[in-house]
Amino acid sequence: MSISRRKFLGWLSAAGVGTALGTSAKAASTKHFTGYPDSAGVLHDTTLCVGCRECEAACNKVNELAPPDQPFTDKSVLEKNRRTTPDAYTVVNKFDKPDEKGNVFVKKQCNHCLEPACASACFVRAFKKTEEGAVVYDASVCVGCRYCMVACPFDVPTYEYDEAFSPRVVKCTMCHPRLLEGKLPGCVEACPKEALTFGKRDDLLKIAKERIRRYPDRYVNHVYGEHEMGGTSWLYLAGTSFSNIGMREDLGLKPAPELTSGALGAVPIVVGLWPVLLTGIYAMSKRKEKIAAEELSDAVAEAVAQTNEEAENKLSAALAKAEKNKETAIKKEVQKALDEAAKAAQQKEAETKSEEDA
Amino acid sequence: MDIFTLQDFYTYTKGITYILMVLILVGMTGFWLFLTERDEDDYE
Amino acid sequence: MSEATVGKISPPSKSVYTPFNVIAGIIIVIGLVITVLRFTKGLSAVTNLDDNYPWGIWIGFDLMAGVALAAGGYVTSAAVYIFGMKRYHSAVRPAILTGFLGYALVVFALHYDVGRPWRLPYPFLMQQGTTSLLFEVAACVALYLTVLFIEFTPAPMEWLGLKRARNIVVKLTMLLTIFGVILSTLHQSSLGALFLIAPAKLHPLWYSGYLPVFFFISSIIAGLSMVIFESSLSHRYFAHKMDETHIAEKEGVALGFAKAASLVLAGYFSIKVIGISADNNWHYLGTGFGLWFLVELLGFVALPCMLYAIGVRDKNLTLIKWTSALTVFGIVLNRLNISLIAFNWYLPAEEKYFPHWMEIGISVFIVTVGLVVFKFIVTRMPILYEHPDHKGGH
Ligand code: SF4
Ligand code: SF4
Repeated sequence: MSISRRKFLGWLSAAGVGTALGTSAKAASTKHFTGYPDSAGVLHDTTLCVGCRECEAACNKVNELAPPDQPFTDKSVLEKNRRTTPDAYTVVNKFDKPDEKGNVFVKKQCNHCLEPACASACFVRAFKKTEEGAVVYDASVCVGCRYCMVACPFDVPTYEYDEAFSPRVVKCTMCHPRLLEGKLPGCVEACPKEALTFGKRDDLLKIAKERIRRYPDRYVNHVYGEHEMGGTSWLYLAGTSFSNIGMREDLGLKPAPELTSGALGAVPIVVGLWPVLLTGIYAMSKRKEKIAAEELSDAVAEAVAQTNEEAENKLSAALAKAEKNKETAIKKEVQKALDEAAKAAQQKEAETKSEEDA
Repeated sequence: MDIFTLQDFYTYTKGITYILMVLILVGMTGFWLFLTERDEDDYE
Repeated sequence: MSEATVGKISPPSKSVYTPFNVIAGIIIVIGLVITVLRFTKGLSAVTNLDDNYPWGIWIGFDLMAGVALAAGGYVTSAAVYIFGMKRYHSAVRPAILTGFLGYALVVFALHYDVGRPWRLPYPFLMQQGTTSLLFEVAACVALYLTVLFIEFTPAPMEWLGLKRARNIVVKLTMLLTIFGVILSTLHQSSLGALFLIAPAKLHPLWYSGYLPVFFFISSIIAGLSMVIFESSLSHRYFAHKMDETHIAEKEGVALGFAKAASLVLAGYFSIKVIGISADNNWHYLGTGFGLWFLVELLGFVALPCMLYAIGVRDKNLTLIKWTSALTVFGIVLNRLNISLIAFNWYLPAEEKYFPHWMEIGISVFIVTVGLVVFKFIVTRMPILYEHPDHKGGH
């Protein structure tokens, strides 16, 4: 599939709808993945490595990297522990007499994990484990977030911090283009001591275990990379404990995608259940509010009714009182009038009497 | 094409999951409206 | 500072050469110069990033801490609209505004950090790295920024008098709030989950399968504390912009949020202890990193939890205010511990990362831009007061 078509498919290709809908059922039901069958790897026998840096030189040449500050023949660089850089996909480090058996040299480069942490971490899928075994990087989509560098347990990917406009993540490609041409990786081809063996990973494992079986005094009983972080395509043999020669033995056996699968699995659960939970809480608080409001309005209505009644009673009482008052007033007036009339009559009588007398 | 690595398997299943999540969010909104459409009290 | 002096300082002064403007201006000029350097000479010209420390303070502080501190938006709107705590209503708008600005600045800052910022939409448009937690974070942050933007728009619409549009957005409040809470739950926790893939690099005391839960819970604490902290600052500098409701509710908001923060801190403390126990990491507590871990756990989780509680019981607003600052600092410290200090913890001191001054310069520059924009908006739009045309309506 061409790059542009792969990009074009976008979401569908993320879901793998076009390629995997029907066929993945079997894989999904077993949920156990053993990697690409017959994929390639390299066995690095550190007991054979002499620290000549031929592999570094070859890597520089086949990948057309910038010339180093000091020539590859200069062994003084081995005095310092180094890591990979944008100009060095691989470096050889020297470890001074761990175990009193003499110096040990270890080549460092991308281990081409079976389940690469870098690929699991990248949010544009710039990394891919190929069926040949190499883990390859596609600079044409990389955003430069550098999460892959955070994720890689072997501290392999490096970044072109000097580049202003098109910085890339840089790491060993296992010479993937050369593999496709049927050639060996540059470093393997260059190694004069056969400290590097290229082959199918399954075969390399057998070879490694056979060497351990045949020379138990020479090797520790551990093929580094067989299980580390789910296994790597590069495998290592050593005569001393790997933690003595700069290789971490505390990485665990879990492949990277498993480390994050729990958190990723929780995401859709939140999406599925949070709306239910939140609208539920919302409806409940709304309902509580409504009940409170209803209770409030009931109370108000009752209070209003009560006051009305009281007012009415008062009114009628007042009316009754007024009525009574009125009656008494009239009575009083009538009495008054009668009294006055009587008085007037008496007066008249008296007047007439006195006139008669006069 | 078969899936050989856990990484590819997850890429595939998580891809579908993301599509489903979008559908769930849209569907849930619609379903809530359907559910409460005839409510007398004014849920918004 | 007494109320009277506040009143004297805060009315918009005629001169543009206020101390705030001068300092902000200088910082912004320096920031712009560094910006030019960053985009013409590359990351190495302005940062101390290297292959062991691909992430520096632009991720550890600007992204990790920034997102946590911008959690006030979802926390407040959830409290008011979902849990029905109407009495905190006046806190919603300032919290949404800070949230929106916070996320906008986080995204802005990311443009400095990533190697090719113009490709930031690639994860959505070109190829989806669905197994990456960073993909999850990116998707949620992008969506949540949009949600916050819509939630924020009623303020400028009222300011500009766009009543119809404003009313449509206000109708969507519930939907937006629920979306906001879902998206926040997801990306706040996923920021912690980013480190799940590197168990060998993060110190065991900080590395835990519970990292996503820790990040989510502490984001609630950060959100609550930021609302308290920020409202006390706003009250100091923008008191003249506040209406009576806001001032009347302010005390209640501080007390209520402090109580909530105290409770959540207690829960956070508990699960942190469970985290140690789950991985049986007790023996690390006696080491140097263990002491540092205890400083974080006791000094910046347990202590603020108690201080908040005392503040609430005594109705001591000053104590609450200072505690909120302490808590916010503690969350920032936690994020820096995880992304920088306890990351690659086994490296010798000389190989450890320390930010270049220009990295700090950009972080300060971005915070300053945030403050300037906040000031611009708060002095113009109905954030700290209700618009007279829409009283009690939103
Ligand atoms: S060693 Fe690192 S860079 Fe190489 S494949 Fe594994 S995770 Fe990726
Ligand atoms: S730096 Fe590039 S390759 Fe690495 S995770 Fe980010 S986008 Fe992917």
